[in-house]
Parts: sequence; C-alpha cells; structure tokens
Amino acid sequence: MLDGFLALYVFMLAAFTGYEIIARVPVILHTPLMSGSNFIHGIVLVGAMIALGHAHTPFEMAIGFIGVLLGAGNAAGGYVVTERMLEMFKSSKPGKGNGETK
Amino acid sequence: MAWAPTLIDASYFLAALLFILGLKRMSSPRTARGGIVWAGFGMLLAVLATLLLPDIANRGLIIVAVLVGVAAAWWSGRRVAMTAMPQMVALYNGMGGGAAAAIGAGELVAHASDYVAAAPDTSPLLPESWSALHGAIAVTQLSPVALALGVLGALIGSVSFSGSLIAFAKLQGWLDRRFVFPGQRVFNLLVLAGAVLIGVMLALGHVYVAWVGAFFVLALLFGVMMTLPIGGADMPVVISLYNAFTGLAVAFEGYVLHNEAMIIAGMVVGAAGTLLTQLMAKAMNRSLGNVLFGSFGAAAGVSAQEIGGSQKPIEPADAAVMMAYAERVVIVPGYGMAVAQAQHKVWEFAQLLIARGVKVKFAIHPVAGRMPGHMNVLLAEAGVPYDLIADMEDINPEFPATDVALVIGANDVVNPLAKTDPSSPIYGMPILDVADARQVIVVKRGKGTGFAGIENALFYADNARMLYGDGQAAAGQLVSELKTLDT
Repeated sequence: MLDGFLALYVFMLAAFTGYEIIARVPVILHTPLMSGSNFIHGIVLVGAMIALGHAHTPFEMAIGFIGVLLGAGNAAGGYVVTERMLEMFKSSKPGKGNGETK
Repeated sequence: MAWAPTLIDASYFLAALLFILGLKRMSSPRTARGGIVWAGFGMLLAVLATLLLPDIANRGLIIVAVLVGVAAAWWSGRRVAMTAMPQMVALYNGMGGGAAAAIGAGELVAHASDYVAAAPDTSPLLPESWSALHGAIAVTQLSPVALALGVLGALIGSVSFSGSLIAFAKLQGWLDRRFVFPGQRVFNLLVLAGAVLIGVMLALGHVYVAWVGAFFVLALLFGVMMTLPIGGADMPVVISLYNAFTGLAVAFEGYVLHNEAMIIAGMVVGAAGTLLTQLMAKAMNRSLGNVLFGSFGAAAGVSAQEIGGSQKPIEPADAAVMMAYAERVVIVPGYGMAVAQAQHKVWEFAQLLIARGVKVKFAIHPVAGRMPGHMNVLLAEAGVPYDLIADMEDINPEFPATDVALVIGANDVVNPLAKTDPSSPIYGMPILDVADARQVIVVKRGKGTGFAGIENALFYADNARMLYGDGQAAAGQLVSELKTLDT
C-alpha cells in the first residue's frame, strides 16, 4: 500500500501530469475541459462505494449512501455534459468548410 | 480467488491511465471527442472493479445508490439546454465535492472516540455480511497522516460542495442579487478559522462526534459565505476553482482509502483545474484574489457614477437599412442571444448581409456566454464558420473602421465603465470597444441592468441606438426587413 514518501511522489507526479496536460490549451476548449476534468474527479464514486461497503451502523450507511449517490451523479452528469459539448464542437468543422467555399 | 486482488489493482491502474490519456486527448480539438470516451471507459472499469473488492459489504445498497445517482444525473444532463451547461458543471462538481466530504465524514465518525459506544451494536437493518468485518475494521486506526489528509479533504470537499451549489443557484437565477453586509470579510474569516481550528484538533486525534458535526457545519457555511458575494460574471472562474478543490479533496480521501486511482485522478484534476482557473482569470484580466475578494471592496464604495444622457431607441427597419448599406458590420453576441436561442436567426441575418457584400464578423469576448469558449460552442451549433469569428484582441483595433456594431444580448463585456469608472465592480475587465464603431445598435430586452447588475454607459452614448425586444424576435424582424429591401 502507498505510504509515506511513496505517496508523496505519486501526489507530486500526478500534479505535474495534470499541469502539463492543460498547459497551452486554446480558449475554445476551456469549457469542455473544465467539464471533462469535472467528470474525471467523479472517480470519487469509487471511494464512496468503498466507504459504504465498509459501513457498519445505519448512520455510517446513511452517510455512505449519500456519498455514493452524489459520486454517481458527479460521474454520470459529468460524462453526459462533456460528451454533449464535444459532440457539438465536432459539428463546427463542416460549418467551417461551408464558410470557406462560399 | 488469488487473482482477484491483482485484477482489481490492474483495473485501477488502467483506469488511471485512461483518465490521463483521455484528458490529454480532450486538450486538442481534433481528438477531444474520443478523450471523454476513453475516460468514461476508465470510470466504468474502476466502478466494476470496486464491486468485486472482497471486503465490500452492502453491495445491494451500493448498486441501488449508483443506479439512482446515475439515472438522475444522466436524465438531467441529457435534457438541459446548452446555455445552462455552466451551472450543470457546477452542480455535478458540487456533488463530487459532497461525495468526498461524505467519505471524510464516514471515516471521522467511525473513528470518533465516543461513537462506538453510542452505536447500536445489532440492528435488523444490517445485512449479515458486515458482522465478520466489524471487528477487524473497528480496530484499524487511521495513521496520523491519513487522519490529517482525511480532515483536509473533508474541509475542501465541503467548501466545494456548498460553494458549487450556491454557484449553481446563482447561475440558474435563483439568487439574483449579491449578498453583502458590513464586516462580512471578518465574519467569513472567523468561520474559516473555526473550521480549521476544529479540523486541526480532529487531525491531532481528538475525534468526537459533536466536533465532527461542528466541523462540517462550519466548513459548509464557509463555502456558502465565500460564494454568495461573488457576482455572476465571475462565477465561471469560481466554478473552475471549486473543480480543482474537488480534485484535491478526492485525492486526499483516496489516500485515506488507499485507493491509488483516486489519488492520481484527483491530483491530476486538482493541478489541471488550478491551471485552468488561472487561465480563465487571466482571460478576464483579473487575479484570482480579485475575483474571490474583489467584490467586498466594490460593495464598500457604492458610488456608481451617474450616467448622463438617455437611451435612444431605433426601429428594426432603420436598423436593417443602416446595416444593409454599411461596409463593415461586427456582431457582438452575448449570453442573452443564446438564452433567446437567437443564434440561428442572427446567422441567417448575417448571411443576408454577406450576400449584399457587407463584411460581417462575429466578435467574441473571452467570457462571452458563461465560460471561456462557451459562445464558440453556441455559434458552432448554429453553423457559423470559424473564420468569421474573431477574438477580442484581433477585433478591437478594427472597431474604429467598423460602420455598425450590432450588440445582441451582451452587456457587461461591452461596458465602457470597465475602463473609466474605478468604482465599478467590473473595472479593469478588458472589453470589446464597440463604442469606437461609427454606430452601435444594441438589441436588448428592456432597460434593466446586465448580469453583473451594473449600469452600462454604452447605452447612453451618442452613437448608440437601442433596439428593444427579445433577441430571437429582433433578429427575425431584422431578417424580414432586410428581405423587403431587396424586393
């Protein structure tokens, strides 16, 4: 299991990765990217599932249930919204072609 | 079943890899569409792997919660209008923050010194599978680092949760006005200090149920209080910040749960979100601190400049003629146009002008719409070709040579007060200099103020004419007037 400095290395490298990926992104992609990264932290669903899976008392189970509910909403909602946005984005390409031929 | 843990670990690894590759693909227009699919596949894999974890109880409950959450979000995400995307992102982001906070809350409560005694030891509600686990898990104590990170994650997640919900409500129009009162900054600071203080006590191992409760109340309250005074125009930056917050919270809670996929995905989003927030703030020529705390100062000095003159109306027929015989027309679309679903009509009008030999361009402010890039998406939806859309830096020098600037549904992004009135809340924000054009026609629903609640000096300028009406209807009138000119 991850512990101590090994975890610190993972934190650092992951942060660096995220920073590098987003650098030099055109403004038109800011909105879809924000939505896309919003979807990716929907992985919290997995954590909430583990938490609910380890809950013993009704109180803990209630908290865990809410957590899973919210996490699932984050993941599913983030996916749908991002996908719809990027789908729209694709349609701009034929539009560009039309404009140039006119 | 010896292979099961390896399979699960491998699934998490693959999920983390797919997230990173997916995000990378999303950062380029060509591959963006595939990126979200990759990431989605990673998510599916991680969720299925989690269900296979050997020490998981309450599987039925988990599946029910997942299905309900997915169904509700899927349904709402499918049917929401493109214009409402920003608040939906805020909403889903808030849910993620809430989930992270819930994980933290569950861990803290389970480890509270006074909790085990108070908890009912047997309950008919509980499935049998947990009883064997109970002893093993209750004994496990969190390491000091895990406890500290768990508390920090819970704090950040809570702020992100309540803050995002306020942002959602504001963008949805449920909370119209800013909320300011004297001593607000001090009050907010006290709330945050209280939450942090209790958080430190919890992290040091003094965990009691009542303290955990107080901790979450203060953290949630801080998220609300921090977001309430921020104006709607600044919301995208704030949502982006909360997006990064949620990422961090997820990473920290991932450490507590020993889940590497959560750590990596959360940290990647935390860093990417922070950078994205900075880029957005830069696009608005504001510092992040100014966005978050600037509104307080503005509220203190409400000395809104009196604007002289009056708004001068114009008839659609006159406006159409004016543009039909112009050489250069720049159309400045704003959020109001998108709300009225007028982009198709506007594009039709622009095409008629182009057919008459008028040079038409669309000028997009970096924060037109509700997020950077939002308006590009909306215009693309209507079929406006990309080479007719100009950024602010490119179009501003062209306004003096422009005959008519047609402003549709934009307000704050063309307000000259951003340049001239230091007491204005939008002072310092770069604007489209439409006032430099020879004539300005503003399509506007009524005489009210804009999204940020600020008077617009442009509407009173000598070369500005107001075309009152709903964006869709006004664009339709312009189209028909233009058509009658040709017959």
